[in-house]
Amino acid sequence: MDLVERALAGERLAIARLLTQVENNTSFGQEALQRLYPRTGNAHIVGLTGAPGTGKSSLANQLAKAIRSRQDAPKVAIVAVDPSSPFTGGALLGDRVRMRDLAGDSGVFVRSMASRGALGGVARATSAIVQVLDALGFGMILVETVGTGQSEVEVARLAHTVIVVDAPGLGDDVQAIKAGILEIADILVVNKADLPGVENTLRALNLMLEMFPQTREQNGWKPPLLRASAVNGEGIVEIIDAIFRHGEYLKTHSLWTTRERSRVLTEILERVQEILLEHWKHQVGETRLNQVVERVLQRELSPAEAVKYLLD
Amino acid sequence: MNDRKIRVLIAKPGLDGHDRGAKIIAQALRDAGMEVIYTGLRQTPEMIAEAALQEDVDVVGLSILSGAHMALVPRIIELIRKNGQEEVKVFVGGIIPEEDIPPLKEAGVYAVYGPGTSTEVVVRDIQEAVLGEKV
Repeated sequence: MDLVERALAGERLAIARLLTQVENNTSFGQEALQRLYPRTGNAHIVGLTGAPGTGKSSLANQLAKAIRSRQDAPKVAIVAVDPSSPFTGGALLGDRVRMRDLAGDSGVFVRSMASRGALGGVARATSAIVQVLDALGFGMILVETVGTGQSEVEVARLAHTVIVVDAPGLGDDVQAIKAGILEIADILVVNKADLPGVENTLRALNLMLEMFPQTREQNGWKPPLLRASAVNGEGIVEIIDAIFRHGEYLKTHSLWTTRERSRVLTEILERVQEILLEHWKHQVGETRLNQVVERVLQRELSPAEAVKYLLD
Repeated sequence: MNDRKIRVLIAKPGLDGHDRGAKIIAQALRDAGMEVIYTGLRQTPEMIAEAALQEDVDVVGLSILSGAHMALVPRIIELIRKNGQEEVKVFVGGIIPEEDIPPLKEAGVYAVYGPGTSTEVVVRDIQEAVLGEKV
């Protein structure tokens, strides 16, 4: 049996090694992904995003634990992304520190990923990793993004359900009405509800939700605003109910496929773009490209003129 | 395109609560371009072996200051090998008496580092051990 077959049979070391191959985009990894792709499409993919320190990892830990304790619980995978250093390429992946409750459950698989230069809150290979886990029978996949600012919304394209996690004391109500990350929320969670200031945060977010109804899609889903405390387990059941409710909602309103379709389209376009760009660079040649850059630096051409010139 | 990175698990087994050394090593390895998975305090051997497996690491670094290394380290290595990770290198850092080093190595420890070891030495050893070449 090769690695893919062993992983499909549930061998955990094979799963881990397969994920490495896919993350590193080796030729074996690419081939494995092609073989596994027909088996994908069964997992409910849930994104967890929000500012650093809002408690995403602790929440992922609690959610996974609570989901696993249900009857007929699906296998749960967590993909936790942390940033890579832009200078050395190294990374410190610390999300497991908050996930100690999950050790010993063979129905849970936790994998840390470095962002490896990608800026959207997840790594370039995160989508591929999620596809592998989906194909291997993990029914729920939690994708925890790097601590995000206001515009890292990549996870919205990857996930069926996006949970945006906020916490008290992170900014005034103007932060809450800015465009971007809050607009991708299917579920809004104010974590650390045991801390002072939680009422203010809830009020600001509530106002935002009332002012911008359904920005993501005109589909009638009103993102619930939930309070939780991952340290003492408050609100976890309500979040899980909301996740399942949202999944049902997507299916009954045929939005599940709409989201998949837009994700597939984006993925294809991105790949085409990458390949075309490489192809084009090769065609133009480094020398000519550098000459044109030089002329732009000398103010002989504007960048727009340079592009036109190169494309002619 | 292949983007292989050295992956290292830094773990603190047992009950001592001093993770300064572990964090310094984790940072040094990160700065050397490695992907370091840090698991935090008070990990059982089972938790460490499971993390090493799920993360498919090349190296496991154990930081122990409690004196329990002779009980913990061989157990962790045994579990890692039982999981099928034959090639994973295990390093130990902390306060380890001289006479304990040979039996630890016999149990499969690749290297032992005492207080005051330069992080450069650890980085170089790991690169050598994983990439199989002098760096």
